[in-house]
Amino acid sequence: MRRFFLILIAVFAVAEISVEYARAETSDWDDVVAAADGQTVYWHAWGGDENVNRYIAWAAEQVRDKYGITLRHVRVGNISESVTLLVAEKTGGRTKDGRIDLLWLNGENFAALKNADLLYGPFTQQLPNFAYVDTLNKPTTLVDFTLPTDGLEAPWGMAQIVFFADTAHVKSPPRSLAELKVWATENPGRFTYPAPPDFTGTTFLKQGLMDLVGDRAPLYEPVTEAGFASLSAPLWRFLDALHPTLWRSGKVFPASYPALRQLMNDGAIDIAFSFNPAEVSSAVSRQLLPATVKPFVFKQGTIGNSHFVGIPKTASAKEGAMVVANFLLSPVAQAHKADPLVWGDPTVLDIEKLDATSSALFRDISHDDLMLGPRDLSRVLSEPHPSWTERLEEEWQRRYQR
Amino acid sequence: MTSVDPLRTGARRWLRFFPPVTMVLFLVPIAAGLAGTLLPSFGYLPGNENTGLSLMPWRDLFNAPGVESALRVTVVTGVVATVLAVLLAIAISAAWHGTRAVSYLRKWLAPLLAAPHAAFAMGFAFLLAPSGWLTRMLSPWATGWERPPDFIFVQDPNGLALLIALVCKEVFFLLLMIWAAMAQVKADKLLDIGRTLGYRPVAAWCKIVLPLIYPQIRLPVYAVLAYSLSVVDMAIILGPTAPPTLSVLVLTWFQDPEPAVRFQGAAGAVLLLVCVVTAIALWRAAECLGASATRGWRTGGARHFADTAVQWISGSIMMAILAVTVGALLTLVLWSLTTVWRFPDFAPNSLSLVMWHDIWPRLKESIIVTTVVASVSATIAVVAALGCLENEQWNGARAGRRSLTLLYAPLVVPQISFLFGLQIMFVMMNLDGTWGAVIWGHLIFVLPYTFLVLSDPYRALDSRYARAASSLGASPFRLFWRIRAPLLLGAIAISFAIGFAVSVTQYLATLFPGAGRLSTLTTEAVIAASGGDRRIAAIYGLTQFVVPLLVFGSAMMVSIRRARHFAGSS
Repeated sequence: MRRFFLILIAVFAVAEISVEYARAETSDWDDVVAAADGQTVYWHAWGGDENVNRYIAWAAEQVRDKYGITLRHVRVGNISESVTLLVAEKTGGRTKDGRIDLLWLNGENFAALKNADLLYGPFTQQLPNFAYVDTLNKPTTLVDFTLPTDGLEAPWGMAQIVFFADTAHVKSPPRSLAELKVWATENPGRFTYPAPPDFTGTTFLKQGLMDLVGDRAPLYEPVTEAGFASLSAPLWRFLDALHPTLWRSGKVFPASYPALRQLMNDGAIDIAFSFNPAEVSSAVSRQLLPATVKPFVFKQGTIGNSHFVGIPKTASAKEGAMVVANFLLSPVAQAHKADPLVWGDPTVLDIEKLDATSSALFRDISHDDLMLGPRDLSRVLSEPHPSWTERLEEEWQRRYQR
Repeated sequence: MTSVDPLRTGARRWLRFFPPVTMVLFLVPIAAGLAGTLLPSFGYLPGNENTGLSLMPWRDLFNAPGVESALRVTVVTGVVATVLAVLLAIAISAAWHGTRAVSYLRKWLAPLLAAPHAAFAMGFAFLLAPSGWLTRMLSPWATGWERPPDFIFVQDPNGLALLIALVCKEVFFLLLMIWAAMAQVKADKLLDIGRTLGYRPVAAWCKIVLPLIYPQIRLPVYAVLAYSLSVVDMAIILGPTAPPTLSVLVLTWFQDPEPAVRFQGAAGAVLLLVCVVTAIALWRAAECLGASATRGWRTGGARHFADTAVQWISGSIMMAILAVTVGALLTLVLWSLTTVWRFPDFAPNSLSLVMWHDIWPRLKESIIVTTVVASVSATIAVVAALGCLENEQWNGARAGRRSLTLLYAPLVVPQISFLFGLQIMFVMMNLDGTWGAVIWGHLIFVLPYTFLVLSDPYRALDSRYARAASSLGASPFRLFWRIRAPLLLGAIAISFAIGFAVSVTQYLATLFPGAGRLSTLTTEAVIAASGGDRRIAAIYGLTQFVVPLLVFGSAMMVSIRRARHFAGSS
């Protein structure tokens, strides 16, 4: 009986996909833009950062003036709340007129929505500005935590782990995991990381895993029990030794990245890290970090990824959502976003592909010594397969959450 | 007047609909919500992969890392906080009855009650954390600390900060309930009699008043117990993080991208419900034990019971709580005006309204949404409560009263254990993300409180007024509008204000039915608290406090003016 239902669901899914393909081929971008006029797009995006909120408010003004779209920012504490809503919609039998038109997501949330077949598309090839995306040098714009995006989410921005230290207390910052451990031992209580499963905290675990494992290839395959046990063993040995030297002796961890930054701003710790390369520049300008804080990266490189926007299958305003996604990829929007005084989120575009006026937008962005240059950020480690994320989080909680 | 007035029977028939309609409005969502949690806890969630009855979610739950600690910290903080709050409320009522201190406290009770949990928790953290205002005041001149000390308070693994904050917040609600019950049993006269027999205040109060009023405060006590065990917003801000309390852990599981984890979350929500029900049952058993254990003492005739000690201890704890509450609010005010405030500076470098100005467009929107939702749900709740109470008067009290006790279910059922199911119900009705869904979701929690506050004064009304009016031929409508409503105006205003305040504090009940589209001050405050900018969090916390306070203040004025009016005319 259950198999019968599964087959039935599969048949419907295939039927639906072919319908979507047919629509994708025939519809012209101008038709999409015309249909989008007057639509209201509900965009679910994390609302915990004022810079991001202000940027989205700016984007809303732009698409209203350019396309007649009303863009509403639905501020969520965590995008997984919206994934839960989509699951509730599915359970309640909703197939159209959904409450979410656009989502800001990546990684495991994308994997969950893709696996549950809750995303609309492929749609990215239809977006005229997608042609400018630097898919060659920024492969993470097409592969999200090793999962192919398959056109189900449009790249929006880039992220990379950047460490920062308060130079008033740290003379020469540690440039590798081993050096960090030495520094932490010499300066007990002055470093910590957010508690996984917070994504910044989990990324620290992944960074540690990548630095400590000899051969990284198995990390890009789905995790196996045997592989996990042997490959993660050095990480746990490292953390067992590191934790007693952390803030509050590693018995308590901050809940999230903002809580980590708050500790840094209060002077409770001296070294922290963020997923946004322009974070120091932007946080100092907002007085959320002391001006003595300077960024640095590990010599061997740090983890980087891309973040995206996706459209749920049940979205009410798919055309509007696509037009917004296309606008977010436009040189104007990307350059505005890359400005550290606005947000400082690196662009996904290839500036070489742009015409002179557009590429000038990027050259005009203000730079200061609080932002690392492209050379510092050239060593990017890609995210492991998402199944590693789940296992690392689970194992970390099992070991250190008692 | 023997002939039957047609209007009268019409109104009576109409009133009959109040209890059933009210019950349907409240019980259907709870039942649907519980089903929507119970079924997934056994692996069943229609429309999703891998669905089918199984015990897997329960196995996952008990294997989940941190679940034992989460359960332990939840039970310890919830139960100990309730015990302390109840003991403190009783000690204050017993030892300080009739003093000027208590009449001051009564006057200031409204703002203390109106302070939403999330706002209070934020202020509490900004005041008492290692980097909080208190250490800033004392550093470095007294403590020698140039940087925040490395002690663990606020988000401490044992939940001490959460426990203390819960006591601070719940003691005022219990005091309100105790004082209302004392007025009902005319405690003053009883205490006078006790005093003439030579009983000292604490002994007199515990022996004479407490046994009489306890049945009336029992339900509020259970509500406090259930609330303390299942609170989410306060636990996110003040509770431990690794692992958090069970309620917070369940919320994160519900919102995990991995479907299997959501099933496990449903099992966790059921576990929390079982926890609450068990705690209440044990509390009930302890009540019986306590009653029989103290029988000898109560009837033994001893006139003294540690009066000075009780007075001093309860008085100083209360002063500390008041200091923390006022300090927490002041800290919020200060942070909301801060540009830079580095540790260990005593105060911010400079004060400015820049942040308020920046946030204002969004803040204004949340104020409007919050006010509309709270006014509408409080109004509906007051009307429904009055309708049910009127029905009792006209169509016999018994049946109605018994079934209406079910209305209190939302006070003892943890929100997290039925709101996911409720969300599915709203999706099926295509109501999610609308004003109606949010107002309905809030009503579930607003109505019990308005009913709790309104029913006692209503039932205590001197029935001779009504009898006189009705023998003069007044219809039920006329009787209500001309006699009961004016007499009850004060109580109606207060119950509206409490309903309003309850609506303002709703977090999960906004998040789930609202599909994120309606953002209230509370949802914004919780997001801001996650954002790590204390200045913005403080602005939302403060506004969240001020809005219900204004309503409370107006209600108190109405209530006092009515009381004077009737006192003057009698």
